[in-house]
Amino acid sequence: MNIHEYQAKELFDRFEVPSPRGQMAETAEDALKIAQEINSDLMVVKAQVHAGGRGKGTFKNGFEGGVHLTNSAEDIGAIAGKMIGQTLVTKQTGEEGKLVRKVMVADAVDIKHEYYLAVLMDRETSRPVIVASTEGGMDIEEVAESSPEKILRVFIHPLAGLQAHQVRKLIVGLGLKGPAAKAFGKVLKNLYRLFTSLDCDMVEINPLVETPDGEVLALDAKFGFDDNALYRHPEVEAYRDIEEEDPREVAAAEFDLSYIGLDGNIACLVNGAGLAMATMDAIKFSGGDPANFLDVGGGATEAQVKGAFNIIQSDPKVEAILINIFGGIMDCNVIAQGVVAAVKETGLKLPLVVRLEGNNVAAGRETLTASGLAITGADDLADAARKAVAAV
Amino acid sequence: MSILVNEDTKVLVQGITGGFGGRHAGLSLDYGTALVAGVTPGKGGHNFEHGDHKVPVYDTVAEAVAETGATASAIFVPPPFAADAILEAVEAGVDLVVAITEGIPVMDMMRVKEIMKGSKTRLIGPNCPGIVTPGTGPDSTGGCRIGIAPGYIHKKGTVGVLSRSGTLTYEAVWQVTQLGYGQSTCVGIGGDPINGTSHLDVLKLFNDDPETEAIIMIGEIGGSAEEEAAEWAKEFCKKPIAGFIAGATAPPGRRMGHAGAIVSGGKGTAEAKKEAMADAGMVVAETPSAIGQALLDAWGK
Repeated sequence: MNIHEYQAKELFDRFEVPSPRGQMAETAEDALKIAQEINSDLMVVKAQVHAGGRGKGTFKNGFEGGVHLTNSAEDIGAIAGKMIGQTLVTKQTGEEGKLVRKVMVADAVDIKHEYYLAVLMDRETSRPVIVASTEGGMDIEEVAESSPEKILRVFIHPLAGLQAHQVRKLIVGLGLKGPAAKAFGKVLKNLYRLFTSLDCDMVEINPLVETPDGEVLALDAKFGFDDNALYRHPEVEAYRDIEEEDPREVAAAEFDLSYIGLDGNIACLVNGAGLAMATMDAIKFSGGDPANFLDVGGGATEAQVKGAFNIIQSDPKVEAILINIFGGIMDCNVIAQGVVAAVKETGLKLPLVVRLEGNNVAAGRETLTASGLAITGADDLADAARKAVAAV
Repeated sequence: MSILVNEDTKVLVQGITGGFGGRHAGLSLDYGTALVAGVTPGKGGHNFEHGDHKVPVYDTVAEAVAETGATASAIFVPPPFAADAILEAVEAGVDLVVAITEGIPVMDMMRVKEIMKGSKTRLIGPNCPGIVTPGTGPDSTGGCRIGIAPGYIHKKGTVGVLSRSGTLTYEAVWQVTQLGYGQSTCVGIGGDPINGTSHLDVLKLFNDDPETEAIIMIGEIGGSAEEEAAEWAKEFCKKPIAGFIAGATAPPGRRMGHAGAIVSGGKGTAEAKKEAMADAGMVVAETPSAIGQALLDAWGK
């Protein structure tokens, strides 16, 4: 789940991780008011979308740049007016771009140095790890390649937490001294507390800036949350911005379907995440292009199949559908009946290949044949994938 | 012989009185599993009834173990309480905990793993289909089934199967059975990023098991467990291994259903895993339908 920059600031404020003064605005008038309150020599207005590359992006109305610096509150208001309600296209949004509904107005601080600071869950060691570098404000992956020695890593004991000597190790490693060193220590402790309190998967601050006055502030942040833990953080769940999400994925969630939209033309519907991934792979292997990942889980009720068909059909790129079900406990005939009913009700017109295997499969295959619908059966997954590709 | 469980293993089910736990407890009993107890806090003193079976339910794992001698536990407890259920079983001294639950917060599992260090208990999962050692009865009944796998697809034999998936595993197991061979034990280690038992852990057990002659290893994108297992196998595994990796077409940065199935920062790709496995001499199938043939190729049958 992604969150907006202004929401990240709310979390930082709550956990006392300093960031520049700023606030979110939904109208040009509000942006002007906030800028007047901040009343600083240099201020910034940033489009709030779930995508990076905003600075270099272009609006569909011709206005350039999703991030602007200016010394005038009036300019902030005017620029906000040119952004709100417009669509911003960046390297990460795709051609369709994203509609900008909100902007963030903030103080643009003086920067003495830009650092990188992140806390992540490290899979290999099953521990949180703090990653820090003096090379902030740039692509950390490039730093990892060109100067790996400039990336510091400190692993945290899962029960003991962040130790004071570990904080000191990072301060020394980053070459911080004086007030900035002290400020960094506080930021790190509070950031780690935020990370564990909210069950984060990742919090990345890039850049973390040191000002000439020795303050340390987070200028931009990326958050990743453990989806499994959202049930115990309703206030984080409340940050979800459905309008920033793929509408197909939003619709799928309502049917308890695990769905990820892709760009291809052959849709699939499978029970089990591993098998669903393997089905996408099989489609690609047969020369096709998967349109989605879709796991119906252990159930695959008629309602879910209908819901899935509707979502699949709403995607104009889809030209064929492949259903692959291994009925373990699930009864293949129950699936077949659900598919037939869903096809009849949604009036499906696309070529449909169904591969069933497992529990009561003979009856299931019979149900499909007897339905009189244009459903192509397949023996195994490779056969099904070939047939789906050929049907396009 | 098999690994971890056999037809004599006494099993208890935590969460037996829930719909999901009860359903699969019933199926395990039908399979012939020695399911001797259930545990649901507050429901102790009742019986779980299935057909002719009357399984006593206890309030705590400790009581269940003391009264019945159970040595393995299946966790069918909802995510907010599952980590605690695992630790309760560990404290009660069971040999094996199989955590079926999907959706346990990652930090809970991180803490469970740390707390379990030094204990004699082995944890499998979470978010896994469980473990099956097939029996010699019709449709392989008479063995041990812990979890949610369909029993009838199995057959007693000498192929060890290990996997992160559910239905994808059943595909492979079914192919092996259709080919006339069978399985010594099938272990589902689960789809979560932090789990109790890795591919490497299970490979070592199969390597040491006299009844296992060949191995099928199924993996998916995310993490480096398959690479770690392949590196060890190259040097130390005496038995032929066939494999499959799901997720070659997954877009980077997205969780593909399983919490652990994600390509992150360029790491955990299907390609890297397939390469490592091929380098270790494993025969890697390109599609799930070809896993059976890959096994025959690796085994020389």
